[in-house]
Amino acid sequence: MRLRLVKQNTNFDFFSRWKLWFGISGVLVVLAFVSFLLQGLNYGIDFRGGTTIRTESTQPVDVGAYRDALTPLALGDVVISEVFDPTFGPDQNVAMIRIQAQEGQEAVTPEVIRAVEAAMVAVVPDIQFVSVESVGPKVSGELIQTAAIAVLLAIGAVLIYIWLRFEWQFALGAVAALVHDVILTIGIFSELQIKFDLAIIAALLTIVGYSLNDTVVVFDRVRENLIKYKKKDLKEVLNISINETLSRTFMTSATTLLALIALFVLGGDVIRGFVFAMIWGVIVGTYSSIFVASAILLWLGVKRDWTKPTDTTGNQFSGVDA
Amino acid sequence: MLQIDLWKRLLIWTTVAVGLVLALPNLFYPRVEQYNDAMAAIELTGETPELLEQSGDWPSFLPSGLVNLGLDLRGGAHLLAEVQVEDVYAARLEALWPEVRDVLRPERDTVGTIRLQPSAANELRVRISEPDGMARALELVRGLSQPVVSLTGALSNDLEVRADGSDIVVTLSEAEQLATDERTMMQSLEIIRRRIDEVGTREPTIQRQGSDRILIQVPGIGSAAELKEIIGTTAQLTFQPVVGRGTDAAASPGVGNEILPSLDEGGVFYTLEQVPVVTGEELVDAQPSFDQNGRPAVNFRFNPAGARKFGDYTAANIGNPFAIVLDNEVISAPVIQSHIPGGSGIITGNFTVEESTQLAVLLRAGALPAGLEFLEERTIGPELGQDSIEAGRIATIIAFVAVLVFMGLSYGLFGLFANVALIINIGLIFGLLSLIGATLTLPGIAGIVLTVGMAVDANVLIFERIREELKTAKGPARAIELGYEKALSAILDANITTFITAVILFVMGSGPVRGFAITLGLGIMTSVFTAIFVTRLLIVMWFERRRPKTIEV
Repeated sequence: MRLRLVKQNTNFDFFSRWKLWFGISGVLVVLAFVSFLLQGLNYGIDFRGGTTIRTESTQPVDVGAYRDALTPLALGDVVISEVFDPTFGPDQNVAMIRIQAQEGQEAVTPEVIRAVEAAMVAVVPDIQFVSVESVGPKVSGELIQTAAIAVLLAIGAVLIYIWLRFEWQFALGAVAALVHDVILTIGIFSELQIKFDLAIIAALLTIVGYSLNDTVVVFDRVRENLIKYKKKDLKEVLNISINETLSRTFMTSATTLLALIALFVLGGDVIRGFVFAMIWGVIVGTYSSIFVASAILLWLGVKRDWTKPTDTTGNQFSGVDA
Repeated sequence: MLQIDLWKRLLIWTTVAVGLVLALPNLFYPRVEQYNDAMAAIELTGETPELLEQSGDWPSFLPSGLVNLGLDLRGGAHLLAEVQVEDVYAARLEALWPEVRDVLRPERDTVGTIRLQPSAANELRVRISEPDGMARALELVRGLSQPVVSLTGALSNDLEVRADGSDIVVTLSEAEQLATDERTMMQSLEIIRRRIDEVGTREPTIQRQGSDRILIQVPGIGSAAELKEIIGTTAQLTFQPVVGRGTDAAASPGVGNEILPSLDEGGVFYTLEQVPVVTGEELVDAQPSFDQNGRPAVNFRFNPAGARKFGDYTAANIGNPFAIVLDNEVISAPVIQSHIPGGSGIITGNFTVEESTQLAVLLRAGALPAGLEFLEERTIGPELGQDSIEAGRIATIIAFVAVLVFMGLSYGLFGLFANVALIINIGLIFGLLSLIGATLTLPGIAGIVLTVGMAVDANVLIFERIREELKTAKGPARAIELGYEKALSAILDANITTFITAVILFVMGSGPVRGFAITLGLGIMTSVFTAIFVTRLLIVMWFERRRPKTIEV
């Protein structure tokens, strides 16, 4: 007996309430925006400059004592947080200290770091500084700019590729789904105040890739079915296509999620935020390829006459074989 | 129907075999690393029995390329430095003053007295007392400039000379500035590389980034602060004539002079002539030593040009003090006792032995032509790296096993084919990473895990398609063939779009993000290869042997 996530020959009607789903997505996007505007992202030092110090000690972390030790140094905004992780050993007590970029200093001053380390050693004699990272405001400004450009470039490139391979309605649908996923991911990072750093940008771009992967598979089937079922109306063709690919959609999402969840639980706290973004992205991406990308296709309508053998028709790769 | 030519089969298996052999060394990481180190040492210093024994640990006919571990996995220090290229303009213009003076001096009658004016860093201002002689003066100073070839190939002069009232203003032309920047960057890179090599560390990365930045990554070093000490900031050594000594830092030094603090004597400031007699650039050697009182000191020797200047100056200024200045601090200001012709000397000061050794190293490696400003610095402890590797390894194995089981349960025999392909896929990723000498970072491991999840996608697409075709098509062989054929466009479109994002990440990203982009991009290539070639070949081979009447996917 085979394991089946989705029973064979499903016949769900995904578009009976497509306006409702559309509305829900719209509301979520607006909520994400509002959260972003009101709270803002919890930028890591990559994007706002400053220093983070990761400490490790056999003694339990006492955030209050750490703070008292650092207050006399007058470093401005200092955030101290204890880090918990199932992969830590019993005597491994980890804390993160984040210090804001110091006023008027482009470069990072070793004096400040040394002073902080000395103050901490005075409180916790066996403390170790397992990582110390500093980014100056000049670089962090550029990093955020490059990151934004990278995301926009990726979306633009994809728009063009899908436009070339399909039709412009498909490209718009796919890009709308992408933008939806990116905004919702940024939204959840802002809502939960998870640290947003360079790695998260990588995660965002992976989400862009994954979401597309999903959307393209559905679209590929839509394109095929549009030729196959010339008489059926678009809504029906979309429904058939999504139902036909549903089993695959769930299989791939499941294997990817399995792998990501293993990494989330066991991969250590350093990349947990990164993995969280990807898990969220896989879920949102799967949802959006059906309820956003395809819905937009339905809304925009597509050309129904695919009979003319243009280059963009059907399997242009079918000549390739192993 | 289901036929694959023999040569194609051979090609596929050869590719897989080569990939796996390339990946093999990574399974024996410490041993191969020791072997590589031993081989490098033999090449460098010759054979010793110990090294030979170490090099015997790994058969030499096997590839020995390893996946480099990034700083976040191995621990080490990362610095991003901005070279203050403008520093060099000021030094160049400053050095021009004696030449300008010498060329104008014979023409005193026409131009009057010549005086150096306080100048901004990017210009040299000289005042002449006879404005009528300006035309002649400009002509003479212009004669000092030399042609440079600019980037566009147009010939232009390195100096721009103009009149401003009774001042002659000399600036560097744009072409010369560009050429100077380029030289400064090359020199800085070279000097940083030499200084880091002198400490002897494994695989440092010293890379130019953009027009004026240098990225330095050194694995295994204790901290970024330590790395900065090795690089030094500038270690600019100069010998300057002393004008006076005082305790007021804010006193007016007079035109052409500067006030610098003393290194050891607190509150003491020296007034020095700005133009040095000799600079550290003319040093050929520096060694730690001891002075006649047994205190640590540094011996140095000049090149012939430096020795001549130093000799001439000491001969002309017996009884006067001169200052030894290191990075804008006066180390000492001895009085010249006698003519020093040989071009060698000794720097004494309140050094410890370590300090004198360090100073000698810095002087020997040569001065950085310009200051460095550190924009980014990261230190990752080796324990954290070890923890990350451990966590990454466990997570990858669990993810891998979970996906294998899941595929087996879902697709039975075909799932096993996909699993074999998946294992080959991981091997190929590591093989490729070793081949191109890519660096594996923590996000890179995440990229591999993601690939494990997504690599099965292509197989899932095909298998689902075969299932569908089985319902309508005539017989299993046809269904398999159609399944592959029809799934192909979806597989390629889906993977090309993901690949596009990986490429953009690689181009725009840096450090760990780039590591992620590499594994993601390679993962896409290998997973498409294994899905459309390897699993297909496996299925075809199975099919040929069994000739099943029905298949279940």
